[in-house]
Amino acid sequence: MSTRAVEVVRAGALTTVQDLGRAGFAHLGVPRSGALDQPAHRLANRLVGNPPDAATLETTLTGTAVRVRATTVAAVVGAPCTVRVQGRPVAWGAAIRIPAGAVLDVGPATAGLRGYLAFAGGVAVEPVLGSRSTDLLSGLGPAPLADGDVLALGEPTGPTPPDADVSRRPGPPTELVLPLVLGPRRDWFTSDTPASLGAARYTVASASNRIGLRTDGPALSWARTDELPSEGMVLGAVQVPPDGRPVLFLADHPVTGGYPVIGVVPEEHLALAAQAVPGTPVRFTVTAH
Amino acid sequence: MRALPVGRHALLLEVDTADRAEALHAELLRRRAAGTLPTVREIVPAARTVLLDGLADPAALAADVPRWRVPPLSAEAGELIEIAVRYDGPDLAEVADLWRVPVERVPEIIGGITFRVAFCGFAPGFGYLTGLPERYHLARRATPRTAVPVGSLGLAGEYAGVYPRSSPGGWQLVGSTDAVLWDAAREPAALFAPGVRVHFVPEGR
Repeated sequence: MSTRAVEVVRAGALTTVQDLGRAGFAHLGVPRSGALDQPAHRLANRLVGNPPDAATLETTLTGTAVRVRATTVAAVVGAPCTVRVQGRPVAWGAAIRIPAGAVLDVGPATAGLRGYLAFAGGVAVEPVLGSRSTDLLSGLGPAPLADGDVLALGEPTGPTPPDADVSRRPGPPTELVLPLVLGPRRDWFTSDTPASLGAARYTVASASNRIGLRTDGPALSWARTDELPSEGMVLGAVQVPPDGRPVLFLADHPVTGGYPVIGVVPEEHLALAAQAVPGTPVRFTVTAH
Repeated sequence: MRALPVGRHALLLEVDTADRAEALHAELLRRRAAGTLPTVREIVPAARTVLLDGLADPAALAADVPRWRVPPLSAEAGELIEIAVRYDGPDLAEVADLWRVPVERVPEIIGGITFRVAFCGFAPGFGYLTGLPERYHLARRATPRTAVPVGSLGLAGEYAGVYPRSSPGGWQLVGSTDAVLWDAAREPAALFAPGVRVHFVPEGR
């Protein structure tokens, strides 16, 4: 029982290993991947004394539960939830010491969508192209967690720092307001599209995932009928497929796509998108730069 | 050449033809190797564009790019690799029919072409290979297959490609190879990286 590892007792709806992703391989068809709520991932690591690129577990809505094989320090941030060790409530958003053999249970999110569970030393699965992230589009990295899986942990690299102040982080959004910088394919849409996009009210669609945040709401109209040759896509691109409902590309997005991009949401706003549950109202504030 | 801003840290460079996109991609790699390109995280070629992502000042580069002289790609540019192919694809006869040639001519026609990986996409290591003369361009299959075997050589539109793993796909399958197109643990992970030239050699020759 002295091995630094955790056993998955309850995998949860979708729990994946995530770090900062595998940038630099898009030209080979490899998505960036990585934690969707990067500030939460970084904070979870900071709370347990890890560098930001250590791998955490990203949970989705229902949390997860693991048994630790050796005494370890862990922290849960991101979507607020009840955290228990051996059935007893412990602190969310702070470093917690878990004795060997105890079960750490990350409860269902009480708000928001994605939780980040960091262990001192990080999750030590084998990196693929320099990253341990699970990429759900192309299948790189470890498979999503399943009950009974055993995940090795790395050696802690530093002392656990004093707790960071998690109360100053924005909570999960009740309305998702996304700045959108127009282009590159604004000319694929009718001239009134930027104005109507800014005025439109959307909601987060239930088909949203790590690849993209899909929306329900008014359809945007293409001004053209020809086919757009496939072109490179960036994180945060808002692509408009033929059904006219904007799709916001998240970390596992395809590196190229053939539908026009009306604009791009700057990366620093994507963490909130990662926490918006289906049904959350969405508004775009449209700017030219 | 058009330079289209993409958000605050990326630029999409657009040209008129596939040849020009490949030449522009080669020029960008030359400039990056020479240290004359601003720091960039990703250079992503595609059908008529090259995306530069992770730029500190895309506007400055956008202003500079129209002044570039991009030389056309020479036929000898890029590493050349040979891929042994068995012509055992389920669509071989149909492709021969569409090309109006006997089946045994298909390996010769494909074998006589020097393809070039224009860009990757769809899956890690899936290269879109250009070089097919226009008279051999083919539509995709009306109904895509739910599972195309790994190593299948397919044709669609102006492109040829080899499936790096089993996946759904609508390309016309003419043959197969044992070459490992993608291995994340290998350096390089992708056999078909943009700019690489490819000869498909009929197996046993």
